[in-house]
Amino acid sequence: MTASYSFNDHTFDVVVVGAGGAGLRATLGCVERGLKTANITKVFPTRSHTVAAQGGVAASLGNMGPDDWRWHMYDTVKGSDWLGDQDAIEYLCRHAPDAVYELEHFGVPFSRTEDGKIYQRPFGGMTTNFGEGIAQRTCAAADRTGHAMLHTLYGQSVRHNAEFFIEYFAIDLIMDNGKCVGVVALDMATGELHRFRSSIVILATGGYGRAFFSATSAHTCTGDGNAMVLRAGLPLQDMEFVQFHPTGIYGAGCLITEGARGEGGYVVNSAGERFMERYAPSAKDLASRDVVSRAMTIEIREGRGVGPNKDHIYLHLDHLDPKILHERLPGISESARIFAGVDVTKEPIPVLPTVHYNMGGIPTNYHGEVLTLKDGNPDTVVPGLMAIGEAACVSVHGANRLGSNSLIDLVVFGRAAGIRAAELLKDKAKPELPKDAGENSITRLDHFRNAKGSTPTAALRLKMQRAMQEDVAVFRTGETLRQGKKRVADVFAEMPDIRVSDRSLIWNSDLIETLEFDNLIVQAIATVEGAVGREESRGAHAREDFPNRDDEKWMKHTLCWVDTKTGAPSVDYRPVHAYTLSDEIEYIKPKARVY
Amino acid sequence: MVQLSLPKNSVPTEGKTFKAEGAKRVKRFRIYRWSPDDNQNPRIDTYEVDLDKCGPMVLDALIKIKNEIDQTLTFRRSCREGICGSCAMNIDGANTLACTKGIDEIGGDVKIYPLPHMPVVKDLVPDLTNFYAQHAYVQPWLQTKGEEPKKEWSQSPADREKLDGLYECILCACCSTSCPSYWWNGDRYLGPAALLQAYRWLADSRDQQTNERLDLLEDPFKLYRCHTIMNCAKACPKGLNPAKAIAEIKQMMVDRA
Repeated sequence: MTASYSFNDHTFDVVVVGAGGAGLRATLGCVERGLKTANITKVFPTRSHTVAAQGGVAASLGNMGPDDWRWHMYDTVKGSDWLGDQDAIEYLCRHAPDAVYELEHFGVPFSRTEDGKIYQRPFGGMTTNFGEGIAQRTCAAADRTGHAMLHTLYGQSVRHNAEFFIEYFAIDLIMDNGKCVGVVALDMATGELHRFRSSIVILATGGYGRAFFSATSAHTCTGDGNAMVLRAGLPLQDMEFVQFHPTGIYGAGCLITEGARGEGGYVVNSAGERFMERYAPSAKDLASRDVVSRAMTIEIREGRGVGPNKDHIYLHLDHLDPKILHERLPGISESARIFAGVDVTKEPIPVLPTVHYNMGGIPTNYHGEVLTLKDGNPDTVVPGLMAIGEAACVSVHGANRLGSNSLIDLVVFGRAAGIRAAELLKDKAKPELPKDAGENSITRLDHFRNAKGSTPTAALRLKMQRAMQEDVAVFRTGETLRQGKKRVADVFAEMPDIRVSDRSLIWNSDLIETLEFDNLIVQAIATVEGAVGREESRGAHAREDFPNRDDEKWMKHTLCWVDTKTGAPSVDYRPVHAYTLSDEIEYIKPKARVY
Repeated sequence: MVQLSLPKNSVPTEGKTFKAEGAKRVKRFRIYRWSPDDNQNPRIDTYEVDLDKCGPMVLDALIKIKNEIDQTLTFRRSCREGICGSCAMNIDGANTLACTKGIDEIGGDVKIYPLPHMPVVKDLVPDLTNFYAQHAYVQPWLQTKGEEPKKEWSQSPADREKLDGLYECILCACCSTSCPSYWWNGDRYLGPAALLQAYRWLADSRDQQTNERLDLLEDPFKLYRCHTIMNCAKACPKGLNPAKAIAEIKQMMVDRA
């Protein structure tokens, strides 16, 4: 062990990494079941990016008209472009209503219908009766649903005296012969290292939107758990599927909820045309996100963008009743004013498809247990390790996530993870730590703390973000992807020249940003590698050189390992689960995806 | 003892100046720097920023400084859209979020300090431990009696509307750290942010612990150190009015007496 470092040791049943919606829900579940649980988070819980979710949380409550979890399931399968695992999707949709009622009982201030029930709004791709009508399924707290959920879940954690380690940055997992036995974290306030021994580690570390230049994601969305998994020699799944949200504010990249279109908003091109009618004659502006983002990109490409450079699109809300805007969309009205200088009651909002969500992540089953492909078994469980939320790829979102399916994913699988953890830990002794436990974390930390190269982290990060933005975009070709692969590899090759200027151990955000960049770059490699390989178009992955979905060859999950020493990726595949959980719904067979 | 001037080791000294060579539109950012590492007094560093190569918000400038000029500058930030509450600081003499404060709203040099009257961890990062403990003290969760319904608790739109202006709080601490009463008695007075949250649950038609909640606040300091100075409402970057919520709690105290 490097002489100058020592560990503060802790022992827990479960350690949850991340305190967003999924991490908090899992923490609660574990605490409720009497498990000694720690939650490690690099930001204070209410600052996690769940707080920025706006439009709502999907569940077939049927408060606004008939609904059925099977219809929700059908929409999710179709939204996923048949890459989602239908056993997991059934689990999600069946448990969604109870998860929302639970949130309400926790205290979430949902908007209400006249008869006092939870208000539900239309959202993209959400239909009734297997695609026939438009469903109102998305439960909303105005347009601040994520904020309302996160603060409420935090309140519940306070109530249950959950043990938090706040502003602790997780560095690496402690693995022992393929089993996870703990995690090491840096206390940012003191610079001290903490070694957590635990029977189960649950990663709830969110997505990695910041691998791209323009994202709705927070600066802290760096997919730290995903990278820890790669460094542990395990694969990530379906990383090529990156969702572009149709309506990020032009320039600033801040999110304007799909709920804006759910409440009647629409997008227009420079001719003032409601062009979505051409691309999705039935769902129009409420087609799923990949469809709308592609349509907008085509309009701009063909010269029908708006603004002096004809490089964006207008979102109109100015025809809506100002009372409705005030009541149901107050948050985005404020965002549009601050970040676009627009009064939404009078003018359209300038918008652009913006990186928003990672469908890919750590492969898991619907209990939240991490999976890998080993000895020919594609569902091999990695003992001691679980993953939930955006970090995980269960996969319920497949090739494209439907709006409002992420918030429900957080609470349904956060809850599932707590249940599973309790089952797994019945009369189980705590694992012993291997002799060198945590040394990998020290090596990694020490390397970057003393990095004396000539390129500041921010410069390398910007290069990576530009490459991803330009070459792994809404539309992709073999050529752009190969170029992107080279550019990302070139950035990786510059890593030995990285420079960290702050040598302090107290709140060293230069060091933290460098560790985060080190996490991002390997995920960028996995993303572009998956995209180069997948020679078809499915969901968010649109290849101009392979414009069609190819179920025969490509209805399978990409697994990507990255040798984090050399930056070399390697790819293999897992079959999509072509079965459901129960006999209450049959496997939904693939067909053309038209909105 | 009342201390009316800064202790010697807290008086800021003049720090370094970083020039923006060749820039046409220059704005000077004068930023409070302090690190526990070196036993030095705090200092004010000056960074010249080329506005033609910088985003519109104060946070854009801070990030530009950190990325391109001085990697040691330390501050919290996350969502950059005014919803996570991380980048609360004192800018141009008032507490606000750096991510929603336009640089063009500020005449002259942009002066940036950490949130006032909190222990400083480093540079613009304050220690908010006590602030969070006060939030936890008001029991920020729904409390009901009897059996829960199978579905949702019923709440009329009119009752739900009573939570507007309360639930949107992002716990940024701009209000509490702008309040003179909180500066003096931050250890015993709960402060506007925690009290706004206390009222958020008192005002919730689903909550049935009104008396118990009021008992928690019935104390000469916890609630009654609010003297309606209204700095809280002025500071709140989300446009909320904690002082009004506090007045409502006081009214409830009177009504139940």
